[in-house]
Amino acid sequence: MTTSVSATFKIWRGDASGGAFVEYQTQLSEGMVVLDAVHQIQAESAPDLACRWNCKAGKCGSCSAEVNGVPRLMCMTRMNDLPVDQPVTIQPLHTFPMIRDLVTDVSWNYRQKLRVKKFSPRAPDRPDGTYTMYQRDIERVQEFRKCIECFLCQDVCHVLRDHEKHDEFIGPRLLIYTASLEMHPLDGEDRLQALKDEHGIGYCNITKCCTKVCPEEIRITDNGIIPLKERVVDEFYDPLKIVLRALGVKKQKTAK
Amino acid sequence: MVDVPVKRLRFGQTQRRDAWWVTPAISFLILGSFVVYATWAAFQGDHYFVGNYLSPFYSPELWGGSPHALFGTKPSFIPEWVPFSPALLILWAPGGFRFTCYYYRGNYYKSMWADPPACAVGEPRKHYLGEKVFPLIIQNLHRYFLYFAVFFLFFLAHDAWKSFWFNDSFGVGVGSLIITANVILLGGYTFSCHSMRHLVGGFLDRFSAKPARSSCYDCVSSLNRHHHLWAWCSLFCVAGCDVYIRLLSKGVICDWRIF
Ligand code: SF4
Ligand code: SF4
Ligand code: FES
Ligand code: FES
Repeated sequence: MTTSVSATFKIWRGDASGGAFVEYQTQLSEGMVVLDAVHQIQAESAPDLACRWNCKAGKCGSCSAEVNGVPRLMCMTRMNDLPVDQPVTIQPLHTFPMIRDLVTDVSWNYRQKLRVKKFSPRAPDRPDGTYTMYQRDIERVQEFRKCIECFLCQDVCHVLRDHEKHDEFIGPRLLIYTASLEMHPLDGEDRLQALKDEHGIGYCNITKCCTKVCPEEIRITDNGIIPLKERVVDEFYDPLKIVLRALGVKKQKTAK
Repeated sequence: MVDVPVKRLRFGQTQRRDAWWVTPAISFLILGSFVVYATWAAFQGDHYFVGNYLSPFYSPELWGGSPHALFGTKPSFIPEWVPFSPALLILWAPGGFRFTCYYYRGNYYKSMWADPPACAVGEPRKHYLGEKVFPLIIQNLHRYFLYFAVFFLFFLAHDAWKSFWFNDSFGVGVGSLIITANVILLGGYTFSCHSMRHLVGGFLDRFSAKPARSSCYDCVSSLNRHHHLWAWCSLFCVAGCDVYIRLLSKGVICDWRIF
């Protein structure tokens, strides 16, 4: 990219009462990301443009927005990956209430987190109250711990985005948060009933949009949601298991 | 309480610039053609075998007119007016396995039902039940179709073995290779299944305590990573295999004997 290229941006401006796209022009320079362009537009022509950011390294999860309709981190979206022959649209996350311009109120996600049952240690391995934990056992949940809470997955999930099931479905981010507790080798809590009922795992129709947008490349659907769905099947939908449990042949769920 | 007001998008509304409709359209065409072809082929009831080759749509052949039938010809208790074909007796099992497969579900909910049409693209319907209640709650029985699929693999492997024996002498025809590729791909598809992954070890929280299960889990997981590829390749192969045997049986093409 040469330094003389300029690009047009259509940035959503407004607040909860309404708004519209406003066009801005700015010069592009080498290695620029969308967040740089937004900062440059703030400096040159729109000092009152609201935008949230923090690390500019894809690690704080603050700069989530929809760039050309795709939920992305602005700081990790390189300008030379976008076509600049047409205006680049930047808009706030669709699924959460608007505060102003590119900033939305994502606090709903934190409220959902409070609804998930906390970590609760299982019986210790030894009488002195200590445990042994192997890397092999913790590997699976380490993938989920990479989450930076950017909520791009929550934004793109159609159950929230299009169907507004915010009161019945906790969304992919919170499902993998639940998975990280439920699959934890030292955890003894049972969250399956809650997953099935109030957290609405059945609403997920495994269309994998969450996995596609995750900047941490967490395989949300394959490694988190589907394994949880299978555990819910074990507990509530597998007719053979239900009969065996009723006959006492199989034990009720305990921490494995 | 819903405390998050959302501005509803119209069907197809999006700011996406890419051709988001291409992938679902291709899936729609492939899955649609497969369903139409498989249904048509299942109702034919003839041209499904040639000598030692048997079409996978008709395997295992419980009753039927071919030498491959396990229990002889069509039983008399099936009334005349009931449409009969050996495929109709068994095809519900592999059909149900694919229909309830996690990968295909995600795929056809998008391509056939537009729920969503593509990621971050507006939907045609407001109402949504997901897989939480009837009818789609029955997708949760996927593992039972898996049990049948594993059972069927033995018959398909036996068909592959038979496909190398031409009048009691060993030989290799193009048909033998297609039938063998088919069982390998179907094996890959079946053993990469998400339910399989759960059942062999995914249900555990402490792998270190169960080393054998843990290794099985690792094997299935590595296949599972490419479950979508296994799904598509086996779909093409199973249909291709039936087409090949049908054309052979109709005399349209000849089987090329490699040796
Ligand atoms: S896979 Fe499930 S959680 Fe992820 S976006 Fe699709 S419906 Fe939402
Ligand atoms: S799972 Fe991925 S997309 Fe979702 S909040 Fe975490 S990092 Fe973001
Ligand atoms: S600014 Fe921290 S993730 Fe983009
Ligand atoms: S998940 Fe695809 S076959 Fe089981």
